[in-house]
Amino acid sequence: MTLWTAILVASIICVAWKTLGYLVPPKVLEAPRPARIADLLTVALLAALVAVQTLGVGQAIVVDARVPAVIVAAGLLLLRAPFLVVVAAAALVAALLRLWGWAA
Amino acid sequence: MTDEADAACRPLGRLERVSATPHFDDAHDAGETRRAGRQGLGVALATSAYGISFGALAVTAGLDVWQTCVLSLVMFTGGSQFAFVGVIGAGGLAAAPAAIASAALLGIRNAAYGMRMSPVIGSGFWRRAGAAQFTIDESTAVSLAQTTRRARLVGFWVTGIAIYVGWNISTLAGALLGDVLGDPKAYGLDAAAAAAFLALLWPRLRRRQAIAVGVAAAIVATALTPVLMPGLPVLIAAFVAIVVGWFNWLGESEAAPPGQSEAAALRRAQEPWEGLP
Repeated sequence: MTLWTAILVASIICVAWKTLGYLVPPKVLEAPRPARIADLLTVALLAALVAVQTLGVGQAIVVDARVPAVIVAAGLLLLRAPFLVVVAAAALVAALLRLWGWAA
Repeated sequence: MTDEADAACRPLGRLERVSATPHFDDAHDAGETRRAGRQGLGVALATSAYGISFGALAVTAGLDVWQTCVLSLVMFTGGSQFAFVGVIGAGGLAAAPAAIASAALLGIRNAAYGMRMSPVIGSGFWRRAGAAQFTIDESTAVSLAQTTRRARLVGFWVTGIAIYVGWNISTLAGALLGDVLGDPKAYGLDAAAAAAFLALLWPRLRRRQAIAVGVAAAIVATALTPVLMPGLPVLIAAFVAIVVGWFNWLGESEAAPPGQSEAAALRRAQEPWEGLP
């Protein structure tokens, strides 16, 4: 599979989900179970991505400058900082720790 | 309408939000509609700005500028886009099936949003087909936060179209920037990706059940990282949500009316922008 194929397949699936919502009767949502699972699925995937993106390097678990950066990001989110500030602050913390040689 | 009249409508609008049934008073409707448009533009500005981080991250993950732009033009749903490039960045082309699956699973919630928006949008093939592509977290949240039918329509279209334009421009800018940066680690872009996922997750962590699922999924994904190929740990962590959601472990004891719980979840998701005009 080329990267282009993967991009197009993933994009088409995502567009299909959006379209599907307009094709099924709204009553389907009244069943609490599918609505709850869709909600929690988003939470689980994002949380797993946070973990892997913070600690993973390929198949290894590595604690490096990303960990303090994500802790700073969490603190800023607690203070209700906007998205861009949170992301930029995390990048800055990791970049500075590496520049000063305090973390890998 | 003058600003004075607009201001006069505002307290009414506030009262309106308490009652569940929309009213269709003309003056109130015009004020609500303007408010919906302003809110949509504010949300679009904030959201579009982080398209820059998406563009830069995608290029450093190994996509070229065109591929990055196609994701924003066609896929157009931030969470799935970040997930796709995150998995490709970690596992390369070998992780492509896992990248597709992650993006697809994160996109499921847009189907739920489409079901909520469908009666608001109304009939007509092209109108519905167009609305489908603009159905994302932000457009749905702004729309459902309004109380009149017209304001809901304006909120949806203004937010959706403004984000589509802004998100694609900022994606291109970010991709061009990422192309000239060099080593992404020196700029902390790997940490920025983790922070981006955390910021997307944060507004969804209000209820006990969601927090438990988030913590468990993070632990499962971390524990499986050394033993599985990149991308798969994230997919397997998703089963936590299916199991907990199916049996409703740690769920609220009395079931809220489904439509309301969805609207409440969206209001929570919208909260980061509450302070905007």
